[in-house]
Amino acid sequence: MASERSRKADRIRHVMETEGDSVERNARGFNEGRYESVARLEDYDAYKDRARAIKEDAIERLPELIEQVREAVEANGGTVYVADDAADANRYVRELARERAAETVVKSKSMTTEEIDLNEHLEAEDCEVWETDLGEFVLQVADEAPSHLVAPAIHQSREEIAALFNEYFEPEEELETAEELTAFAREYLGERIEDADIGVTGANFVTADTGTMALVTSEGNARKTVAVPDTHVAVAGVEKVIPTFEDLQPFVELIARSGTGQDITSYVSLFSPPVSTPPVDFDDDEPIADDPAERDFHLVLLDNGRMDMRDDDQLRETLYCIRCSACANSCANFQSVGGHVFGGETYSGGIATGWEAGVHGQESADEFNDLCTGCSRCVNQCPVKIDIPWINTVVRDRRNRGAEGGELDFLVEGLTPDEEPAGLDLQKRFFGNFSTLAKLGSATAPVSNWVADTLPSRALMERVIGVDRRRDLPEFERETFVEWFRNRDEPRPVDADYHAVVYPDLYTNYIRTDRGKAAVRTLEALGVAVEVPDVASSGRAPLSQGMIATAEDHARDVAADLESHLEAGYDVVVIEPSDLAMFRGEYERLLDADRYEALAERSYEVFEYVYGLLENGADPAPLRGVDAGGVGADIAYHSHCQQRTLELEAYTTDVLDRLGYDVLTSDVECCGMAGSFGYKSEYYELSMDVGDRLREQFESPDAADRTVVASGTSCLEQLDGLLARRPRHPISLVAPDESE
Amino acid sequence: METQLETFETNLGNVRTAVTRTSPAAFQDALADVVDEPAIGASLPFEEITLEGTDIVLDPTPDQLREAACGVTPAALGVADYGSVVLESTPAGAELAGLFPDRHVIVVRERDLVPDMASAFERLGDRFRNGNGDAVIATGPSATADMGELVYGVHGPRETHAVIVEE
Ligand code: SF4
Repeated sequence: MASERSRKADRIRHVMETEGDSVERNARGFNEGRYESVARLEDYDAYKDRARAIKEDAIERLPELIEQVREAVEANGGTVYVADDAADANRYVRELARERAAETVVKSKSMTTEEIDLNEHLEAEDCEVWETDLGEFVLQVADEAPSHLVAPAIHQSREEIAALFNEYFEPEEELETAEELTAFAREYLGERIEDADIGVTGANFVTADTGTMALVTSEGNARKTVAVPDTHVAVAGVEKVIPTFEDLQPFVELIARSGTGQDITSYVSLFSPPVSTPPVDFDDDEPIADDPAERDFHLVLLDNGRMDMRDDDQLRETLYCIRCSACANSCANFQSVGGHVFGGETYSGGIATGWEAGVHGQESADEFNDLCTGCSRCVNQCPVKIDIPWINTVVRDRRNRGAEGGELDFLVEGLTPDEEPAGLDLQKRFFGNFSTLAKLGSATAPVSNWVADTLPSRALMERVIGVDRRRDLPEFERETFVEWFRNRDEPRPVDADYHAVVYPDLYTNYIRTDRGKAAVRTLEALGVAVEVPDVASSGRAPLSQGMIATAEDHARDVAADLESHLEAGYDVVVIEPSDLAMFRGEYERLLDADRYEALAERSYEVFEYVYGLLENGADPAPLRGVDAGGVGADIAYHSHCQQRTLELEAYTTDVLDRLGYDVLTSDVECCGMAGSFGYKSEYYELSMDVGDRLREQFESPDAADRTVVASGTSCLEQLDGLLARRPRHPISLVAPDESE
Repeated sequence: METQLETFETNLGNVRTAVTRTSPAAFQDALADVVDEPAIGASLPFEEITLEGTDIVLDPTPDQLREAACGVTPAALGVADYGSVVLESTPAGAELAGLFPDRHVIVVRERDLVPDMASAFERLGDRFRNGNGDAVIATGPSATADMGELVYGVHGPRETHAVIVEE
């Protein structure tokens, strides 16, 4: 285990060093473009809803639509072949190549042919195969797999490509600039296209009513690949079929914006093959149009596990994916390591887990599934609204269940009253049962803090469960937040208009009790009658380890613990954003509908609640503004990934604004911590690399002198490690003093 | 208020496509100003204007296709809010003429402008269902960023120029 961890850490470190800068620069460029481009699109949300509805309907009716495609394509004079798996598809295309005695095959970019390794199969048939998309061409020459769905060579810099081409092609004059490299590739591939016997493309969409393939490209390579050779083979997953031609429209508006941040790519080709363009025989000297050679078209629709995914209630959503790459670009971890670490055999980025589990089997997702920290930043970026973190959690859970028992299980068995199988990785178990540990740690604090921090115990923790010793451990408070509240002797407001439970999440209850106390004082100052009952922990910790059954137990406990308060009209105020995200999000999958809705509808983030109170006429006078603050007026605020996904950031900044603070907000995707992620020794350095972007921003001249404020526990811990300034929770800036 | 034509023109500019406005009467002269020799092209399916009588080769051989500096082809539609044009494939090879040469001159009539993609797809849907089933929505020149910087003209035209024929 330990050696596997250090092997993984080595690999991540290596990729960060060699490819990290290119990936980060490109992915962040795509993100900026996306934010600007979708902001320009009126009805962005309506388009997303429509795109999602079209995909839901299409997958639901898939068998029927496939038959419709077959009829439409055959009516046009083409052929449709539904291939069960990779071998079946490859055999079909190989036979075509053999029949045509094809010597040269040109391809435009297609992840689906990567998935089945078509090139190798054609080469075994003695065909020369050339990738005509420039990014794919670079990878073909370098003999590498794509690192990104849309920009496959995202990890390569211009200098690296120049060195590669100069060595491989030995051109008379060394290639250097992007212009020169592009001109060289254009010419080289142009000749291949002229000679080609077969053109292979993928398809971004296939419309069932007209038998039209839509291909979205920036380069003209797909058009040439289709137009020049007289035989065209399109290979597409069955999930690419959508019902009607008009259904293409929302996708055309969304796909480029979501991926590279362009409003539209240079070409959206709509072919209903065989196309009417005459094929070009470059050895001939008759006018092209006078030579009406027969065109031949084959559409290979690939199943390869997709129909099983369709039957799988948890993985089905994966099939709605249009492979735009927004999830990868918006992923902080992806920005550091790219698809060569954050991906499987073929697919990469957030949704890769779903794809790989579906088409290559669950174990192919093992290597990278951990890298999804469930931060949820990708969820709102996905144009078809796929809950990507949930798919990752499900696959993680299934992998946990498939794991074998290990010999060290007894070590954590006492700490792990969970529902999980014996073979579950110890590290996962440890983090997944953090609530038990916190209880124990707090009961024995400060001794537990002191013991945990000694060198031998850090070494042991690192070796057995992989907790990196460079990371500070949380310090448990002796008196929990719930106990503090119980022991407190304060008069309750009478006739309060609002009654609220402050939810004692794990961190607030055992570790950061101050922010709980500050929340109570704030709400009471605004006239709310507050309770802090003993409530179970949310289940976030086990869920992020893929321990769904355990998380479900927590969810049921939380609902039961809060039931009487909800019935009595209490609202639930949540300080930890990742717990609020559970209540509003994942609990829908873990609880029955009534209990979920009762809780989700009445839960608020603490600043969302304060904002609501002020909007409804509460007097802010008792709150502490800038003048009485003790910290300066200038704040650098890092919200929290899940809080941003839920669009809650503005409540905090608004309340701080009203109280006179000048707030500057971070714009990087994530702090790089995400719960237990940064504690794990194999991911510690990746976590710091991601965090470094936030550090840079908060150390820039604009922010360097500001008080640093963050909403999430993990963000606070990460910022604490990154900066010399000690970060604080925003509630501590507004809560009235204890003495008052 | 900007007219649809003005919006189209502005957006063509945003996607690096030069614009010439002309009338049917002045069309061939205007075209001559923007065409590089040797040029190939596809006949225009329009009544009021034609490429007949110009130096543009309308039925190119493969060699002429390879050697052409410029291709002139009609657009079926112009999409104002994207600056896109819809290019249809024809048995005479319109697709090829708009794809191989370095410079692509697109002839689009003002009357064929539509405001947005939704209207474009409505029109195209009817055509596609009636068996007229190949078109490219082209927006600006061919481009790639795969070599580390944005470069135009890979596998397609480096320059695009729209000649808009006003009513
Ligand atoms: S999951 Fe969504 S965001 Fe990710 S590639 Fe697929 S469609 Fe795009």
